[in-house]
Amino acid sequence: MGLTERDLINVTDIDTDRQTVETTLEELRGVVSDRAYSGDTMLLNMGPQHPSTHGVLRLLLELDGETVVNVVPVIGYLHTGIEKNMEAKTYVKALVMTDRLDYLNPMGNNLAYSLAIEKLMEVEVPERAQIARVLLAELTRINSHLVWLGTHGLDVGAMSVFLYCFREREFLLDIFEMVSGQRMMSSYFRPGGLWRDVPEEFYDTVEEFLNYFPPKIDDYERLLTNNPIFLERTQGVGVLPPDEGIAWGASGGTLRGSGVNWDIRKAHPYSGYETYDFDVPLGEHGDVYSRYQVRIEEMRQSVRIAWQALERLKKAKGPFISDDRKVVPPPRSELGRSMEAVIHHFKLWTEGFNAPKGEVYVRVESPRGELGVLLSGDGGPKPHRVRWRQPSFSNLQALPVMARGHLVADMVAILASIDIVLGDIDR
Amino acid sequence: MSDVQNAVERIQAQFPDAIREVVEFRGETTLVVDKGSLVEICTFARDTEGLDFDRLSDQAGLDYWPEEPRFAVSYELYSLQNGTDLRIKVYTPGDDPELPTLSGVWPTANWMEREIWDMFGITFTGHPDLRRILLPHDWTGHPLRKDYPLGYEEVQFSFNVERIDDQKPYAKE
Repeated sequence: MGLTERDLINVTDIDTDRQTVETTLEELRGVVSDRAYSGDTMLLNMGPQHPSTHGVLRLLLELDGETVVNVVPVIGYLHTGIEKNMEAKTYVKALVMTDRLDYLNPMGNNLAYSLAIEKLMEVEVPERAQIARVLLAELTRINSHLVWLGTHGLDVGAMSVFLYCFREREFLLDIFEMVSGQRMMSSYFRPGGLWRDVPEEFYDTVEEFLNYFPPKIDDYERLLTNNPIFLERTQGVGVLPPDEGIAWGASGGTLRGSGVNWDIRKAHPYSGYETYDFDVPLGEHGDVYSRYQVRIEEMRQSVRIAWQALERLKKAKGPFISDDRKVVPPPRSELGRSMEAVIHHFKLWTEGFNAPKGEVYVRVESPRGELGVLLSGDGGPKPHRVRWRQPSFSNLQALPVMARGHLVADMVAILASIDIVLGDIDR
Repeated sequence: MSDVQNAVERIQAQFPDAIREVVEFRGETTLVVDKGSLVEICTFARDTEGLDFDRLSDQAGLDYWPEEPRFAVSYELYSLQNGTDLRIKVYTPGDDPELPTLSGVWPTANWMEREIWDMFGITFTGHPDLRRILLPHDWTGHPLRKDYPLGYEEVQFSFNVERIDDQKPYAKE
């Protein structure tokens, strides 16, 4: 109403603009409160291009002065149709696309997909591969938390933390490159095990990193944990009550910050996690500061798991991939000696393995929460449906619950603490 | 596993004619139910002592074209207290697919149903805000349906450079 009256000033020029604005405003009629239509509150676009939105996320803020009355996240700016694309490729070829979902956790996505295929095709993974998977998954978790910490600090104003975290990350990216040839989109975990065995220099490099890293976490804590400015900006801000967190489908650090003890590595262990010794940190108040504390401690626990995995990996002898030739291609050395190997190789490279009809759901603990894959096979070589249950999708849905009544600056801090990745949300 | 079996038996006892089928595959249990009693079954699963399915882990749409019934929506229920998983699946026919909304039972279903509407075109009656979520608001069609083409960009070689150039959306003068 208020909008139309103001537009009478210059009708011809802004006619088309008014049309576009009115259409979109009408669409939001159930979503923003009626105060916006009367001009009482302001609708501000924290647009898709914004340094603090952790990707291309558009937040439609309804502001009463500086206070956020409602926030409507608008997503879809990074949608690349990965789920549809995966249906057009064979199972192993589609694995390459899984890195690109949550791009800060590429090995975790590979792991979830490989576990789903292994469950569907009933393939056993040898022990050495399982240990390497745990080790690299934990290193990926540290990698993702470093990015979270850096960008979180940057959003709140602590700019030096950003570069320190990224300096540590370079070390990790070198390890990933050594193992898989790629810094980020590794596609290292394949159905049945690993793509290739870890190289010789892997053990020493990882040991060097695990010795070098824990003092760095202490450095970050020295910068932030008892910093009065950081405390003021994060304590009491963005509280997520635990029952609301569960109802809204939150998971990972977002839910554990509210004190809900749920970690899939403990509740539904996969890949041998039940044999490792680690704790799950929980927050107390459910505010931004609790989630910060939870993730810092998770980094320490990841180092602990990584030490155990590294020791075991040094001792574990055996194959790095399953020898079920119906699913896993034979090594090239076997092709010269065995006719069956050639036949298997031919079948796997031309058509691919056929999955039975049925669905499996596999969940893993990604740095953001519950990463789930619903893999539906239809008897053919291509997946019938690959549905990715991404943690950031549900965590972001809980953002309005956390952000109502806070200032815009607090909203930036809350968004940083949820640790979203737009590749996760939009796929 | 016995927790899940217990849950299945109790749901079957409470709603004997709404359960079409119980499928067990790779250690997971799926209940295929009628869409008419979907909301009641889910509320029962959430509120009953011993079942306690307080979390909807995932809601996925599936397209079984050209079989009928064409669409299915699969709900992954999870109980944080008991650690049990249950899948509930509902089928709906291909012409005018429609299901009741579960956003009143678990708020997380809100965006998940918007995504299924966006990608498959399955309407959820009673949903407070059914708009497109991942695609632009003026997009036509529902991409994850099997009869929607994947689409690709044709590579521009020297023999087809002009034809592809004509199709490119250059800025108008």
